[in-house]
Amino acid sequence: MQTALRTSLPETELASRANFAPHARIVREERQEERLAQASGLPLSIRGLRKSFGSNEVLRGIDLHIPAGQFVAIVGKSGCGKSTLLRLIAGLDKIDAGSISFGQDVQPEDIRVMFQEPRLLPWARVLANVEVGLGRDRASKDAHARAEQALTEVGLADKRDQWPSVLSGGQKQRVALGRALVSRPRVLAFDEPLGALDALTRISMQRLLERVWRDQGFTAILVTHDVSEAVALADRVLVIEEGRIAHDVVVNAARPRERGSAELAGLEGSILSHLLSADDRT
Amino acid sequence: MSLIDSISLPRSVRLPRVDGLVQWIVPLAIIAIWQIACVTGFVPTRVLPAPSDVALAGWKLLLSGELVRNIWVSFWRASIGFLIGGSIGFAFGLANGLSQLSAKLTDTTLQMVRNVPHLALIPLVILWFGIDESAKLFLVALGVFFPIYLNTLHGIRTVDPQLIEMGRIYGMTDGELFRRVIFPGALPSIFVGIRFALGIMWLTLIVAETIAASSGLGYMAMQAREFMLIDVVVLSILIYALLGKLADSASRVLERATLSWHPAFQKR
Ligand SMILES: Nc1ncnc2c1ncn2[C@@H]1O[C@H](COP(=O)(O)OP(=O)(O)O)[C@@H](O)[C@H]1O
Ligand SMILES: [Mg+2]
Repeated sequence: MQTALRTSLPETELASRANFAPHARIVREERQEERLAQASGLPLSIRGLRKSFGSNEVLRGIDLHIPAGQFVAIVGKSGCGKSTLLRLIAGLDKIDAGSISFGQDVQPEDIRVMFQEPRLLPWARVLANVEVGLGRDRASKDAHARAEQALTEVGLADKRDQWPSVLSGGQKQRVALGRALVSRPRVLAFDEPLGALDALTRISMQRLLERVWRDQGFTAILVTHDVSEAVALADRVLVIEEGRIAHDVVVNAARPRERGSAELAGLEGSILSHLLSADDRT
Repeated sequence: MSLIDSISLPRSVRLPRVDGLVQWIVPLAIIAIWQIACVTGFVPTRVLPAPSDVALAGWKLLLSGELVRNIWVSFWRASIGFLIGGSIGFAFGLANGLSQLSAKLTDTTLQMVRNVPHLALIPLVILWFGIDESAKLFLVALGVFFPIYLNTLHGIRTVDPQLIEMGRIYGMTDGELFRRVIFPGALPSIFVGIRFALGIMWLTLIVAETIAASSGLGYMAMQAREFMLIDVVVLSILIYALLGKLADSASRVLERATLSWHPAFQKR
């Protein structure tokens, strides 16, 4: 695991620090080590976040703190703004008002998103698709090795030279996960990544998600319309209603979790009743 | 009923594999029937010369060097005209597909010009260039321009926006985005344009050489008509067909090589 982590800094940063003091490089490297030794997740603070599309006020003031490494699921009616929130967190759209901070400066490679569609390049082999995920490190010497390792993590090492078109839906989504993981992100946002998969594939993908999250310790934010998926995977489930976080439910069940256990079923029931009562009111 | 059966065959039921020779059975049979019809006098040779006569005429012209010279001239005109018109069309397609401003500036004009059949310009072109080489090159280039332009533009505009967003998320620069996402995505459509353009290229050249030329295959055919050499006329037509087929095959080979990722080109 250690070998695959990024151990070098951007050249310019190194250079400027080297000018600063002769031993700066060593200090810098120690700090880097320290940072990597910690859990690799980043905390996330959202304050007064708003977003409208024209006259459609989608997010009307979201306040949220997510500790580093937490697995958060976001549920809510279709069209309530889950994807909008996720896209704002990932920096894909512009914020109208409020702020999102990760507690420190982040690199683009630190935050990754996975969508319902795998979005693989059909004209690139599986391995090359994973290499895309390296971002600015794509050209580095160990790009191949890192992509191969990410493919192994998602269990598709043997498909490295295939075209995406020959893979099944679940396999494509695993390649997309490998691409998101290859840069060792510290925040990983999922927008209904399993929405298009059949029930069995979905369960094995859920296990895979949980496993890589536990191995790598990134902060995970999962948007899903499947409440049982949310309680099975997340430490905490947020329910969005009318542009705000209406419920914040902690899931304390020990991992590995037993699917369909009474504890999870009870939580699922209460979250569903929140969602349904909101439905009655409108 | 049987037609429906043959359409709805499950994919696992393989039809017998067609190997390279089978496709030549029908053309060879046609030539054989044609030869027999001529030899028996069923078709008078003043109407249609026998294939053997056409071959003989071809052999004579080959020996005199006239055939090779005319084919070369036509081939040269076709390629240069195609290269000029194709690259300008490709450049405009790229520019208008990638830049809103460029599209606003030129697309409407180009769409209007497209409605003028380029062969209708022949009288004007003769007035401008005489029966010079440039007249033929101009007409071929103009004919080739539009299919390449339209299909390049269409290809670029229909690249999946989700893939473009993905490229941006993963930090691709504009250059990388073009090289790795937009261009490969537009390529299938560009090939459709190339195949269309090749057809138009030959058609334009035949017409232009027939009307205004002093060399080339079309000119050879017109000369032969003057001297009632019907075998040479038929020979020219057959050579045009052959060259058209060659150009099409070449583009297919190129397509197969560059689009090997495409499900339509994958061997099962
Ligand atoms: N780019 C956009 N332009 C205009 N309206 C949008 C855009 N994206 C989302 N919306 C609107 O914002 C609302 C929330 O959408 P979204 O976040 O996708 O919901 P969901 O919770 O189903 O993911 C919807 O009403 C949708 O129509
Ligand atoms: Mg959504």
